[in-house]
Amino acid sequence: MDFTPFWISIKLAGITTLVLFLLGVPLAYWLAFNPRRYKVLLEAVVALPLVIPPTVLGFYLLVALSPENGLGALLDRYFDLRLVFTFEGLVFASVFYSLPFMVQPLQSGFRSVPETLVEAAYSLGKNTWTTLIHVILPNMTGSLLTAGILTFAHTIGEFGVVLMIGGNIPGVTQVISISIYDEVEAMNYGLANHYSLILLVFSFLILCLVYLFNYRQRKAISLL
Amino acid sequence: MIKLNVIKKLTGANGPFELNVETVVRKGELLTLYGPSGAGKTSIHRMLAGLLRPDGGLIEVNGQTWYSSNDRINLKTRFRSIGMVFQEYSLFPNMSVRGNLAFALPKGEKEEWIDEMLEMVGLSSLRHEKPTYLSGGQKQRVALARALVRKPQLLLLDEPLSALDTTMRNKLQDDIFALHKRLNLTTVLISHDYHEVKTMSDRVLVIEEGRLIKEGIPEDIF
Repeated sequence: MDFTPFWISIKLAGITTLVLFLLGVPLAYWLAFNPRRYKVLLEAVVALPLVIPPTVLGFYLLVALSPENGLGALLDRYFDLRLVFTFEGLVFASVFYSLPFMVQPLQSGFRSVPETLVEAAYSLGKNTWTTLIHVILPNMTGSLLTAGILTFAHTIGEFGVVLMIGGNIPGVTQVISISIYDEVEAMNYGLANHYSLILLVFSFLILCLVYLFNYRQRKAISLL
Repeated sequence: MIKLNVIKKLTGANGPFELNVETVVRKGELLTLYGPSGAGKTSIHRMLAGLLRPDGGLIEVNGQTWYSSNDRINLKTRFRSIGMVFQEYSLFPNMSVRGNLAFALPKGEKEEWIDEMLEMVGLSSLRHEKPTYLSGGQKQRVALARALVRKPQLLLLDEPLSALDTTMRNKLQDDIFALHKRLNLTTVLISHDYHEVKTMSDRVLVIEEGRLIKEGIPEDIF
């Protein structure tokens, strides 16, 4: 059994999760605490990957990132960077595709921190940054873990977007879900079953972890 | 000395009303805001703390303007020298008792002050505990000590004892009063409790529907 597709999937999920942490925390913070009405537009954009078929997202990203068009041409000309059919392109697409899985749990995490804790920190002379780092984030660890785990797991399970942007290049863009499809196409049901079983058990364990963290956090809050 | 003169439109149980209060709090005074729920007492606190913007008026603390509608000044909460104690404690659950106080310690201040504060409120032995495992009375002592670590010019106490049983309430009343005197604090207390107001206050403002309807020493009010 070739484990390269697993390795590519894990690398892709790990990098995507890291990038989304850096983007998702400020974005979710802004969405959670901004009272302006126009934020609903951004909320809708963030949630889009939940409802549109991954091939639609993949198609538009493919068009946008193609070296002949807009963004793709810009990246090609000025940074010598091609995102179509490359691993970097998979990361770029995955960041869009998994955005709601990072932002939404963080947003509800930010909202779950009692306002008086934040006000207490301000009353002690602390600025927004110090309050975020020392008070808000440490008191929503359950949401941080949920967001991280869901993003990672969701990226592992990607198919449509990855296929559109990355194609199916073994050792480069062939992730585990595409390998399974390949094996089924080639009538190698045994290998497809092994790959699938590993993914199934992995996904089940991930979900158990999420629910365990949430259970523990609810218990900790009820003790306060 | 604190000059307070604030106007703010608020909504209460009987509909909208205007909060309009003017008073001067002397340095070292313990002033109590007394009145029914929804009268605007907490809003006054929040305006003093910079957590609620008045519609107009002036807040001046020891010569420094914290809010002035005329001069368009509204100092952010973190720049106001205040200590706040909330009814629901609001301790940081991720920090130990000592950690809560250390977080409040301004840069450059000596760490010994934290231990001194813990000693003052009788919590030295619990310094490494997380707030979750403390009783209500102990939590409120931590909150009080944390608020005082900054040596604030103004201490704001919002019904700090209302969640405690009578014995603990009486004990903490004495402690708050002793600390207020010892540290020469200027304190604005919100309370519904007649005995608490009578025992602790230098002066009482009775507020109803945003209006100051009576003012004086506790003996004159009750």
